[in-house]
Amino acid sequence: MSEFLQQLLNGLSLGAIYALIALGYTMVYGVLRFINFAHSDVFMVGAFIGYYLGKLIPEGTLWGGMLVLSGAMIGCALLGMFIERVVYRPLRHGPTLNVLITAIGVSLLLEYTGQIVFGAAPRTFPQIFPTANYHVGALTISSNQVFVIGVAILLMIALQLIVFKTKIGTAMRAVSLNPKAAQLVGVNNNVVISFTFGLGSALAAAGGILYAMNYPSIDPLMGVMPGLKAFVAAILGGIGNIPGAALGGLLLGTVETFIGGSQFSTYKDAIAFAILIVILLFKPAGLLGKFTIEKV
Amino acid sequence: MIVLRRQFFQALRVSRRAGFVFAAALAATPGLSFAAAPAATEPIKIGVYASLTGKEAVWGQSAEKATRLAVDDVNAAGGVLGRPLLAIIEDNQSKPGESVTAVRKLISRDKVIAILGEASSGRSLEAAPICQQARIPMISGGSNPKVTQVGNFIFRTHFIDPFQGTVMARFAREKLGAKRLALLTEVTNAYAVGLAKYFSADAAAHQMPIVIEQKYSAGERDFKAQLTAIKAAQVDAIFVPGYYTEAGLIVAQARELGLNLPVLGGDGWEGPQLLAIGGPALRDTYYCNNFSSESDVPETRRFIARYQARFQSMPGGTAADAYDAVLMLTDAIRRAGSTEPDKIRDALATTRGLSGVGGPLNVDAHRDQLKPAYILGYNSGDYHLVQVIQP
Repeated sequence: MSEFLQQLLNGLSLGAIYALIALGYTMVYGVLRFINFAHSDVFMVGAFIGYYLGKLIPEGTLWGGMLVLSGAMIGCALLGMFIERVVYRPLRHGPTLNVLITAIGVSLLLEYTGQIVFGAAPRTFPQIFPTANYHVGALTISSNQVFVIGVAILLMIALQLIVFKTKIGTAMRAVSLNPKAAQLVGVNNNVVISFTFGLGSALAAAGGILYAMNYPSIDPLMGVMPGLKAFVAAILGGIGNIPGAALGGLLLGTVETFIGGSQFSTYKDAIAFAILIVILLFKPAGLLGKFTIEKV
Repeated sequence: MIVLRRQFFQALRVSRRAGFVFAAALAATPGLSFAAAPAATEPIKIGVYASLTGKEAVWGQSAEKATRLAVDDVNAAGGVLGRPLLAIIEDNQSKPGESVTAVRKLISRDKVIAILGEASSGRSLEAAPICQQARIPMISGGSNPKVTQVGNFIFRTHFIDPFQGTVMARFAREKLGAKRLALLTEVTNAYAVGLAKYFSADAAAHQMPIVIEQKYSAGERDFKAQLTAIKAAQVDAIFVPGYYTEAGLIVAQARELGLNLPVLGGDGWEGPQLLAIGGPALRDTYYCNNFSSESDVPETRRFIARYQARFQSMPGGTAADAYDAVLMLTDAIRRAGSTEPDKIRDALATTRGLSGVGGPLNVDAHRDQLKPAYILGYNSGDYHLVQVIQP
């Protein structure tokens, strides 16, 4: 039983990170109907910003850690908006496929520029937050796990509030529903899309920092696997649906951890993805997605 | 028109014949066009491939430094056969597949007479068939027995994994008193799989059951699932035959889960990243290496002093291997009295009692080495020598 609970906790803390990244994929898809493949590399840049900022502050303090976290989120928000402005906006009225291919290009550009700027060798991420281990019965809970789950929940609540309770959130939903109509009623699409990219990239940065705190070895290609898993989580939950992305991330992280702890650990990705295929066979729009027929 | 066409065909015939004659001349005098007698001062080119960047950059970079040190030493002493050595170094970015490209380029374009490298068995296994096919001697720093089994042109400077696995199993038994063991193996790594096999074989032969075997793939960062399963299996020690980045993460996550058992590893653990990631969590961890900075062998001490004076850093096992590879090669060229790869190979196969910086170099019938193993244990911030085990 205690092993089960421990694995559940491990799975949830891994899933919380997938969920944070998945939110960025899903938001951009919801507004623009395209997959921003460069998102996973913004995640990587977030971790590296954290690495450099972490060297400037004393290790293991709460305020310092918060400073690093918000610094990385702001830095990546700017990066996300910059990418959107320079690369995606000029292509917005072209075929979706062009933007998709360009997104892959931006992803590779970030990865290999990262190899030049940061070097290809992995670096050790500093301990930016104080750490401790708590024992509850036979369970061992590390402060990092608590922190990851806590921050992920807080950010998801904040995101939900932004999307449903603020003016810009209403505008985001309007653009998502019908960009032309939104423009007609006075929504500035450029501002809304910029904001969406900024918000998604900030969440990716938070994910990057949390990931690096738990697995303190970072390199320019670190975003590839978590990015792929988060993308899958977004589809699993129903792409374009924010609670769905969170659910998908948590589910994928938990399934992966349970299989990883069994004798089939080598096949954990294969089994996790097989489950995804089965779910999509029965629910093609994802767990929380609504199936809509594209009107021609 | 007709005339023109006839002229064209005639020209074609002539050129074809000329081509044939040229090819025949080549065939009649083999070696002439390929090994035209070099000028006395033309350097002897040796090819080196190493992981200068990427995940195992630490090994490649220290091997590169040691190679340069060794080549400069040889050249300062007048070179080999009166000619200077020239090392051409290629990077494989620690990635699978890249070593093949690097070694092909070294052999076909740079025309090197021997290939040196590298510390990783997996990447050595990629390069070895190319060298064997081209009949160019290769000296690897890898420990997997399969490397030298590729063919009679492949040699090594390192001890082999059956020895290393036995040493660590014996250490777990005699020094740690372990009875029940767990394995956490990197399944995508030929070295780790081999080492796990030899460790388990020796453990099984001495009534130390491997209660649980968990696996991971290269580049994974989350090991909590596997470690939680290991924790539930109630073992006395964990053996992690992998590379240093993952080893650091594994030990750190094990301690986070409250798994305060001894963790053992092989020579793949060597790298400053291990200390940086693991930190104090590394208490009660031990690994086996071909080299210790605390060794009292005079050759080793001299090498450490000279390496430190030149590069301001401490050499590791891969540096010692790289230096010894140059030593072995120059010794073989000298004894062969020639730079022909076939003759160098024959001389390499009879290397006996050459004193290397990482211990004596003796090539056995399988082209492997018998060298002492150093068991290092973590204590207050760094790894220190715990035990030396002679082969």
